Amino acid sequence: MDLLSSEIVRVLAFLVGVIAFAALNAAYLVWLERKEAAHMQLRIGPKEVGPFGLLQPIVDGIKLMTKQLFIPKGCDPILFMIAPLMIMVPAIMSFVTIPFSETLVARNINIGLLMIFAFASINVLGLLLGGWGSANKYAIIAAARSVSQNVAYEIPMLITVIAVVMITGTLNLNEIVIQQGGMFWNWNIFNVFASPLMPVMFVIFFICSLAETNRAPFDMAEAESELIAGIYTEYPGMGFGVFFMGEYANILIGCALTVILFLGGWQCPFGVAPGVWWFLLKLYILVFTVIWIRWTYPRTTFYGLLNLSWKILIPISLINLILTAGMLKVF
Amino acid sequence: MSKYFGDIFGGFYSLMVGLGITIKAFFQPVVTLQYPHESLKMTPRYRGHIELVPDPETGEALCIVCGMCQKNCPTGCITVAGAKPEGSKKKVLTKYRLNFTTCSLCGICVESCKPNAINFSKDYNLAGPRKEAFIFDLLKRLKEKNG
Repeated sequence: MDLLSSEIVRVLAFLVGVIAFAALNAAYLVWLERKEAAHMQLRIGPKEVGPFGLLQPIVDGIKLMTKQLFIPKGCDPILFMIAPLMIMVPAIMSFVTIPFSETLVARNINIGLLMIFAFASINVLGLLLGGWGSANKYAIIAAARSVSQNVAYEIPMLITVIAVVMITGTLNLNEIVIQQGGMFWNWNIFNVFASPLMPVMFVIFFICSLAETNRAPFDMAEAESELIAGIYTEYPGMGFGVFFMGEYANILIGCALTVILFLGGWQCPFGVAPGVWWFLLKLYILVFTVIWIRWTYPRTTFYGLLNLSWKILIPISLINLILTAGMLKVF
Repeated sequence: MSKYFGDIFGGFYSLMVGLGITIKAFFQPVVTLQYPHESLKMTPRYRGHIELVPDPETGEALCIVCGMCQKNCPTGCITVAGAKPEGSKKKVLTKYRLNFTTCSLCGICVESCKPNAINFSKDYNLAGPRKEAFIFDLLKRLKEKNG
């Protein structure tokens, strides 16, 4: 008993749990994406391997793992191999502070929010090194694009987060959720007494998290109709597989943050039985929406993308920041 | 200024309309047909290669071996032969060969057939390894159909 309750066992259990959660989700979000895309186009999607095609991700994984890890001539082998890990590792690290429920959190850090954004910025570096290391012109174009995109979208995202942090007064994710307890009008998205622009903030944060994770309609890093596969062009087998898993893990982190900051985390909308099930329900509704958005809109142009950030998202989020500060001072 | 906000709200509204269209499609029934496992019934006016019409009573071919189809065929892909059995007044079909490699499916043979003894089949998934696979013995097909 002494051994079981020790810190090392706890750390190991959460380590295995977090990696399993990230990997399982990455695998099955691919399945969800293919199914959802298919049904939106009146098709069936994967159905042959297992019931409803549920074994398809496993078969895909085996196929990717048995492929030769081929490093193209002329590329930087170290950067080339490190880049996928730099996408995957920060995503898994970020899961450490995500509160799945009041007690189900690996490390309840006081600066959890800050930590997640610190790790999220490593993500860009991974994309840049991957593009540079492959020594491929398409990959380099995509890397340059994704860096300027991520820089542009980190600003409104962080300004929005600053407004939320000013309201909650803490960077601890679990405390942010606890403050949103009770009925659903206590959630930050409906907190119009703190700032009347709060629903708009939610939309801005969601758009920014789409752009940060390089999801359509902002998938400049993998613009398959223009740049073959963008930075993934030269990656063989599991190198590509890890990139892909990292992308889905990042989507999960983005959606989890949106749920925690705006939609009340593990709190129930009606104040009954708060817990991990409400968190997962909200999380997967948002993930569904992300995929839904991908299969609705075509890719934006690069100028459209930067214009949206600099001309619309940043001014509005700045106005909201000033408004929130004023409201907090007055009331 | 009003154009700035007009663009934002107009754009946001049109994005929502787009999302509405895809979610409606999401809940609609799928139209994919799992082809080898299931297939559509061909429409009644589909024109496949010709086949012989059996007599509803005896199951034998209605053909009277007049040879009109053979004479009218622009590409000459039909060969008909018949024989008069002992004591019978009518000719009986002994051979009906269709060379489908040259047939253009014009349908003149079906039109010219007085007793309506040939019609279009509904076969559409024809594939074969050799040219000879498309020289059909329609009499044999009719017998196989009758069992």
